[in-house]
Amino acid sequence: MIPPTFEYLRPESLDEAVRMLPDAGEDAKVLAGGQSLMPLLRLRLAYPDALVDLDRVAELREIRDDGDAIVIGATATHHQVVRDPLVREHAPLVAAATATVADPAVRHRGTFGGSLAHADPAGDLPAVALALDVVMLARSASGGDREIPAREFFVDWMTTALEPDELLTGVRIRKPGPGWGFHYEKFHRTAQAWAIVGVACAVRRVQGAVEDVRIGLTNMGSVPLRASAVEERLGGGTLSDSALREASEHAAEGTEPPADLHGSADYRRHLARVLTRRALTAATTR
Amino acid sequence: MTEIGHARLRSEDTRLITGRTRWTDNLTPAGTLHVAYLRSPHAHARIDNVDVEAAKRRPNVVAVLSGKDLAEEQGALPCAWQVTEDMKLPAHPPMAVDEVRYAGEPVACVVARDRYSAVDALEDIDVDYTPLPPVVDMEQAVQEGADLVHSDMGTNASYTWVFEQGDLDAAMRDAPVVLERRFVQQRLIPTAMEPRAVLCEPDGSGPTMDFTLHSATQIPHILRLMLSVVTEIPEHRIRVVAPDVGGGFGSKLQVYGEEVLALLLARRLGRPVKWTESRSEGNMAAHHGRDQIQKVTLAADRDGIIKGLKVELLADMGAYLMLVTPGVPLLGAFMFNGIYKMDAYSFTCTGVFTNKTPTDAYRGAGRPEATFAIERLMDELAAELGVDPIEVRRRNWIRHEEFPYDTIAGLTYDTGNYEAATEKALALFEYDKLRAEQKDRRERRDPVQLGIGVSTYTEMCGLAPSRVLGSLSYGAGGWEHASVRVLPSGKVEVVTGSSAHGQGHETAWAQIASDRLGVPFEDVKVLHGDTAVSPKGMDTYGSRSLAVGGVALYRACDKVVEKAKAIAAHLLEASEDDLDFGGGRFSVRGVEAAGLSIQEVSQAAFAAHDLPEGVEPTLDSDVTHDPDNFSFPHGTHLCAVEVDTETGFTKIREYVAVDDVGTVVNPMIVEGQVHGGLAQGIAQALYEEAVYDADGNLTTTTMADYLLPSAADLPHFTTDRTETPAAGNPLGVKGVGEAGTIASTPAVVNAIVDALRPSGVRDVPMPCTPERVWTALREGGAR
Amino acid sequence: MPRIRVEVDGETYEDDVEPRLLLVHYLRERLGKVGTPVGCDTTNCGACTVLLDGLSVKSCSVLAVQADGLPVTTVEGLSLDGTGDHPLQQAFHRAHALQCGYCTPGMIMASLDLLRDNPDPSEQEVREGLEGNLCRCTGYQNIVRAVRSAATEMRGREVTS
Repeated sequence: MIPPTFEYLRPESLDEAVRMLPDAGEDAKVLAGGQSLMPLLRLRLAYPDALVDLDRVAELREIRDDGDAIVIGATATHHQVVRDPLVREHAPLVAAATATVADPAVRHRGTFGGSLAHADPAGDLPAVALALDVVMLARSASGGDREIPAREFFVDWMTTALEPDELLTGVRIRKPGPGWGFHYEKFHRTAQAWAIVGVACAVRRVQGAVEDVRIGLTNMGSVPLRASAVEERLGGGTLSDSALREASEHAAEGTEPPADLHGSADYRRHLARVLTRRALTAATTR
Repeated sequence: MTEIGHARLRSEDTRLITGRTRWTDNLTPAGTLHVAYLRSPHAHARIDNVDVEAAKRRPNVVAVLSGKDLAEEQGALPCAWQVTEDMKLPAHPPMAVDEVRYAGEPVACVVARDRYSAVDALEDIDVDYTPLPPVVDMEQAVQEGADLVHSDMGTNASYTWVFEQGDLDAAMRDAPVVLERRFVQQRLIPTAMEPRAVLCEPDGSGPTMDFTLHSATQIPHILRLMLSVVTEIPEHRIRVVAPDVGGGFGSKLQVYGEEVLALLLARRLGRPVKWTESRSEGNMAAHHGRDQIQKVTLAADRDGIIKGLKVELLADMGAYLMLVTPGVPLLGAFMFNGIYKMDAYSFTCTGVFTNKTPTDAYRGAGRPEATFAIERLMDELAAELGVDPIEVRRRNWIRHEEFPYDTIAGLTYDTGNYEAATEKALALFEYDKLRAEQKDRRERRDPVQLGIGVSTYTEMCGLAPSRVLGSLSYGAGGWEHASVRVLPSGKVEVVTGSSAHGQGHETAWAQIASDRLGVPFEDVKVLHGDTAVSPKGMDTYGSRSLAVGGVALYRACDKVVEKAKAIAAHLLEASEDDLDFGGGRFSVRGVEAAGLSIQEVSQAAFAAHDLPEGVEPTLDSDVTHDPDNFSFPHGTHLCAVEVDTETGFTKIREYVAVDDVGTVVNPMIVEGQVHGGLAQGIAQALYEEAVYDADGNLTTTTMADYLLPSAADLPHFTTDRTETPAAGNPLGVKGVGEAGTIASTPAVVNAIVDALRPSGVRDVPMPCTPERVWTALREGGAR
Repeated sequence: MPRIRVEVDGETYEDDVEPRLLLVHYLRERLGKVGTPVGCDTTNCGACTVLLDGLSVKSCSVLAVQADGLPVTTVEGLSLDGTGDHPLQQAFHRAHALQCGYCTPGMIMASLDLLRDNPDPSEQEVREGLEGNLCRCTGYQNIVRAVRSAATEMRGREVTS
């Protein structure tokens, strides 16, 4: 199929992009790789008036060291993220989960920020953002710079806290200290299919006790969710096999998983429990 | 080196690996107009009005037409298979006029100067619909008082077709073991990688206007005839070309509305018109496959000896009967008995209309459905009796010394050796070792269980003896044509009526000609897929190309040699009886020096200066071959799966396929056909399903929803062969196009059920998605 | 209408294009580079895979304007004389890694990218590296074989050249 017509704007710098966005109108869309947006356009499921293409904004592609954190530029491609030494060292969960996104050709175009701003609850990276408690960096011409914690970023189905004139510029991820373990457990029917359920977890243990644990769930509601009930049960305790097993049984609490072609809500709840156990086990046995 | 059996690399590859291809969509003659279709968003609705005026005013738009605008000339799409005298055959307009009966049915079209403008203008067409109740479920559709797909027919049942042999009631009554099962063959979308495309170029004007129609079709010859019948454009004014065609798997064995409309639009506008479908359009509007509900009852004695089999089918036709829609499930009627002996058999099939995309042939067409049912039943019988599934088959199959064998379904299996194929498969598979591992995992209560599935299939290939097709009320014959022209220079042109779209005819046919004529492989050119080049043909489907078309070529070569021999004898002043032919040379027996090459004979036949009495100039021949019988490939497939009982995920661990496809012309091509067949059969077992919601909307319109396996999802296959030549043709070939698909689906499902049987699971519906496996485990465990 | 300048298979083209024009349609319908086919509309099938600035992309999901100033390599650019003598093309031929051939251009271009990234992939790595390219004919086994055999050939060439 053929995309509908739109105006095409291609800023060369971040400043220009931020200035262009409000002028592009209410129905403008940011094009940040387009690996989700292009199919929607081709199927005519979206009719933006304008596309603001960030492809040429070099500064948004950078992945940089920011002291106790790293910052991944919004349009760093998945391909770039998976290979980046800073990401691999300080955000191995991001590298691992990103490697499961779609396929190599799509990863060459698709971007980290694009996936987060698209906010598809079936996407892999939103749950990872929750598990790592990242901070979204946004900028607009009217409001300047703003920081949005991941837990406040995903507000509804494919809707974020970004204002219409606001651009996601990057994501700040704290460098983990010692004791952290991570894992992304993705369950899908075929290699290129979307996750039926995915579980991203980050666990910090100090002398066997769980000091910190955050679990992000993919595709368990209209937004990516935290498995709070599991986190509460594990916090402070020791990580025995039975404790882990018991806690994982609560992975679906507070979720409202969708029912679709690839799985009923019940099945997704079940998967959330199994995959949470597996993710936690993997994150804590390395 | 003899060409038969030689793994020749394919001649067709060069253009395909370099991108110098001839897909229909690649062709855009000057002045080509582009067509786009507006399709029904409703499964069932009355069309109250179609307003095309706004669309006509859009830039670059040349014409906008609704079904009503074409009603006088568009005719009805053909169904070539009146399976019963009282079969209900609804009129099927290429573009809907008063009523739409499936989501995706064309309602209007735009013709524009470019593709983008055509698609844009669709949005300005305004259609008023009155929704009608959709008929979505075939079992409900045949209930009393059901809503109707075609209100004037008074029923949703198109036909009921019955075949009975032996005293089934007695067999059932007396049998100590009676197994009754319900299997569902889900609806599939064939999904050739090349979407459909058609280009029609008019030439001249008025009643003598000629048309050249390029189409991504498997059936240029049948298409030409049918286009002529539908449009009343004289057949000789239509030339159909199937250029490079990117796979078919049955989906391009069809006469599509878009093909008919391309002709009509080209005639109306006097310009070339082209239409290429998008994938999401194709998923809705190219025909679907399978979609049967099978109730099967097997009677056996305590030793597992089969006494009788009863088959009751509902087959979803979709909204209309297309080219061979009603006949597809009936091809299975002759195959439900598989490779087994039994005393009684009955088969009943009711074809049912629903408000869904029409179904028709998909790789295997009727035979996978039948093979699935009997092979699933054999594993169920083995489990019921506590006997190894191989053993229960051994007790029932036709032994190799019993061939030729007249089956309960009325076919004569000419040759076969099920024992040999099975022995070979068991050895490659390391069956005993895997059984031991299975036992171990069961004892350890490993969350990942191992299952082993068996499928000892046969199928009927080489469609088809014309008299048999006649007895089944099919609208045409099953012959195939070949001609051989030895050119004056000694090079050879082979023309075949079989139309390849990935099968490698250009290579295999050249091998046959090279072998029979004794000319170098490189000296043979194979021509096909163009009605102006290939004067007659029945095209490619049903694993028929080699078994019918290849044999036609074999005979045509022999006919050339026969003619050449007469000329050679004349020139050599010898008796034909004293001539030997070998390595492309006629020689006088006992006189080594005296001889002529076939090239020399060809030159002489071309010059025609000195030919024997009654022999016509030039060295060529024609053969139209009508087979006496089907051919019956068979084989043993073994599949080991690992099932994660916590998530329900199935991973294929080992897959062994030993196939007996008779004599092999090109083992490389044969193996490739097996690999591809396995992938599609496995995909039916695990991944694919066309899903409709309660309103009759297809929810799997894209490849994101209709899951096809990638390289990462499929295992490495171990393939091997046994070779029992077919008795019914001089080449000894059987056919291989569908074997892998037919055999593999039950092998995989049997393996999954085998893995879960200790948990009380007796079946998992296809596709065996993780959720369905998980559900089966929960329900089985609760028993 | 934006003007773009694109180098395709070594030749430079300058054209005015509608912003919505897909790269694959630009290649096929404007430049006549019909060697790259289209198989779906959702980035799933990979038939339209080309290299954009050296990396594999699905050209049905990239706008022609986005290729402005960048080199594009299609299957037609692998052996410009049409002999198909690139090691990957030859490997696909020798291993019978194609039947209908419709997925082949995309499969070859994706494989080229895969081998650039990993010159000596295992069977599993090839399978995973090609997960974004669907084939309906071959069952993939011979494709995997072809890619690994091309890898050997291409490693050998690097050593000798």
